[in-house]
Amino acid sequence: MTDDTHGEIVLRVNDVTHRLLVDNRTTLLDALREGIGHTGSKKGCDRGQCGACTVLCDGRRVVSCLTLAVAAEGAEITTIEGLAGDGELRPIQREFVRLDGFQCGYCTSGQLCSAVGMLAEHAAGWPSAVTADVSPDAPAPELDAAEVRERMSGNLCRCGAYPSIVRAVLSAAREEVAG
Amino acid sequence: MNAVNSIGVARPRIEGQAKVTGRARYAADKPMRDLAFGSVVVSTVARGRIRDIDVAAVKGMPGVLGVIDYRNAPRLNPEAGHFFGPDGGLQLLQDDVIPFAGRAVALVVAETLEQAKAAADTLPVTYDQEPHDTGFTADHPNARPAAPLFDGPEDIGDLEAELAASAVVVDERYHTPEEHCSAMEPHSATAWWEGERLQAIDSNQGPFFIATVLATLFSLGFEQVRVRTEHVGGGFGSKGMCGPQLVLATMGATLFRRPVRVTLTRDQVFLMTAMRPATEQPIRLGADADGRLRAIQHEPAFELSPLAEYIEGCTEPTKTLYAAPAIRTRNTAVPLDILPPYSMRGPGAAPGSFALESAMDELAERLGLDPLELRLRNEPAVGPVSGLPFSSRNLVACLRTGAERFGWATRDHRPRTRREGHLLVGTGMAATSFSVGAFPSVASITAEVDGTFTVIIAATDLGTGARTALTAIAADALAIDTERVRLRISDSELGPAWSAGGSRGTTSWAWAITEAAAQLRDQPRDPSRRVTVTVDTTQLLNDLPSMERHAYSAVFTEVTVDPATGEVRVRRLLGMFAVGQVVNPLTARSQVIGGMIGGLSMALHEEGVRDQVSGRHVNADFAGYHIAAHADVPDIEADFVPDYEPGIPFGIKGAGEIGNVGTAAAIANAVWHATGKRQRRLPIRLDRVVE
Repeated sequence: MTDDTHGEIVLRVNDVTHRLLVDNRTTLLDALREGIGHTGSKKGCDRGQCGACTVLCDGRRVVSCLTLAVAAEGAEITTIEGLAGDGELRPIQREFVRLDGFQCGYCTSGQLCSAVGMLAEHAAGWPSAVTADVSPDAPAPELDAAEVRERMSGNLCRCGAYPSIVRAVLSAAREEVAG
Repeated sequence: MNAVNSIGVARPRIEGQAKVTGRARYAADKPMRDLAFGSVVVSTVARGRIRDIDVAAVKGMPGVLGVIDYRNAPRLNPEAGHFFGPDGGLQLLQDDVIPFAGRAVALVVAETLEQAKAAADTLPVTYDQEPHDTGFTADHPNARPAAPLFDGPEDIGDLEAELAASAVVVDERYHTPEEHCSAMEPHSATAWWEGERLQAIDSNQGPFFIATVLATLFSLGFEQVRVRTEHVGGGFGSKGMCGPQLVLATMGATLFRRPVRVTLTRDQVFLMTAMRPATEQPIRLGADADGRLRAIQHEPAFELSPLAEYIEGCTEPTKTLYAAPAIRTRNTAVPLDILPPYSMRGPGAAPGSFALESAMDELAERLGLDPLELRLRNEPAVGPVSGLPFSSRNLVACLRTGAERFGWATRDHRPRTRREGHLLVGTGMAATSFSVGAFPSVASITAEVDGTFTVIIAATDLGTGARTALTAIAADALAIDTERVRLRISDSELGPAWSAGGSRGTTSWAWAITEAAAQLRDQPRDPSRRVTVTVDTTQLLNDLPSMERHAYSAVFTEVTVDPATGEVRVRRLLGMFAVGQVVNPLTARSQVIGGMIGGLSMALHEEGVRDQVSGRHVNADFAGYHIAAHADVPDIEADFVPDYEPGIPFGIKGAGEIGNVGTAAAIANAVWHATGKRQRRLPIRLDRVVE
């Protein structure tokens, strides 16, 4: 049933095509959770302030709670459910488990998606607020703990797993980018 | 049955794979048929009465199933409460009275999230406003002695005489603001009826306790209520009680006879769930010229609501940390028109130790003494107030080891002596304690015919690592490998058990599991038959001799201060902990580091701001109420000194809260060392530092 307030949309999520009838007000987060049943993305604040809902849209990280589902049509969306390949954890997931990069786990999907997006941004040479040389022809800044902390600051963690998250991201960085 | 010890081995979390792949289901994640969504409407005034709720205005909106308010809500039992008697905070939608801003006034139930939210946003509610009082101060005219349920008043020695005889007296006042637990998972509950049985999936810290409160509240038999809580996205105290989400979801399921899910919005989590009350803490310390304490006086005040009794036990560490011939403590409660405060991580001890350990640093300054040495000189032989022996006290080991690792010995104790470019640099330290113990719990263990053991206890894992720790404890108690342990937790049906709270979850559950394992091992075994042993630890706990039982820590930190902007940054943070035998060094270290980050956040960032004109909390979101983010947090060092609690199986102590305690004082002391200016009011905001 399509009317003024509802519409049928097509979402590409983790390489699968989903045809959904959504309320036009539905956020991408709610469409993923309630419409498709991918509840790995979490609603921590619904205002883009905590990062728990972070997913990748065409490889770039977005807070899915501030993205309307209807505006995500045509994008390749990757959620926590699609981060791992065929049953194998990818390096960043493995390092989160090994180094205890979470406690309650509620922010973890967002931290992981954010880290994957962040590593790609860094590999593409994007500077951050703590990058010393931001001139256009500067080489990509070395990815150290300060860079990771700055670039991951949109993802809150109340359990205080930050030091382990930073270690896990740095430990997985090389493999993630190469892979 | 030859197995290596599992306790003491660093192991990743059992649920780790589920949590990094998005498969771990939290309370709002379970798919359900015929699910309806409830959206909460909260009062915008701080005191008064509801004049009208215009339900007709939203009844025709798309998808709306109905509205519940005080006129049609199920009647609740006014006797229902938590730990301190009847709790008016539970009495939602029972009358037209508004006791604080943020109180639930209605629940709108609709077919979808969007429809429920749209109708809740639309619902017209009008009020007859009455004058409110949300202004906290220790000398408020309504101030009264705190209920003496715990951390009651003490008075040993002749305080005034000892102060008069002291060479140096510190007489200062410390302030901490309202602080919010801010677990990343907003409180969510889904309730439905199966025949005469109420079923709920809820985010809470103890399904058994919550189920008993819920049953009492709705005047149901306990066997009519089942509460499950598989994965919980943090609690920090705010999920220790039967939350508004569960009360309202139950009302929705009852009235509409279908499953109803109520998830609080982030601002509602701030407005409706337990916060740490603001405190104001006058302290007097008197000492001889050589640093020996003569007198400790600590008389804090905290705010509460007339709806529910509560004690912010700020003086618990004061009664046990240091020897002094005269110690006087009093807690004062100030009732105001505010959200009922409740326990937040390190309740009492976190704000209390900020005051005490800041005052100790001020005393060291005035004595011209090393703050570390001041602590060492006042180490008590027995409980300074109780006179009871310590079961184990390894504070000195924490202090000495921490000082050595930190490089404290080379510190110039004079303030404002270190500069790096435009930054001022300082170091600070604090000592802390947090009480340990256990509460009655029931565990059962079944020896299965396949050689595995099913261990059942109504524990919860909020991210503490309880699943992993209890599996190791059960394995060692049964003398088997962890692979043969199957642990079932997180369900009120599994029997009475203490919640994950008070740093007493693991000790309480481990005790029951250990005892059940011992009894099972004592039985003659026929491997072809299942055998189950069930143990209740109530009597065992009664037999535990009275002693001073505490965990300890020493926290050291280095900060930089930019005097031009007032920005304080924590550059180093090191904690040494005596928390009994460490069950899992990987997860325990994470837990105490997380606690220290909570303390850092308390020191520098967190402040619930209340507009006194409206009585409303004005920064009820993560933009206005900042909790420490990645960029605020340095790499943190935490380690454990050898320790063993002799009264508790395997010598364990709780580790959930001690990390949170002490860090704020250490940072405030470091800011003084950097700048020469004392910070007696948290948080240490830019405007309190800028020069």
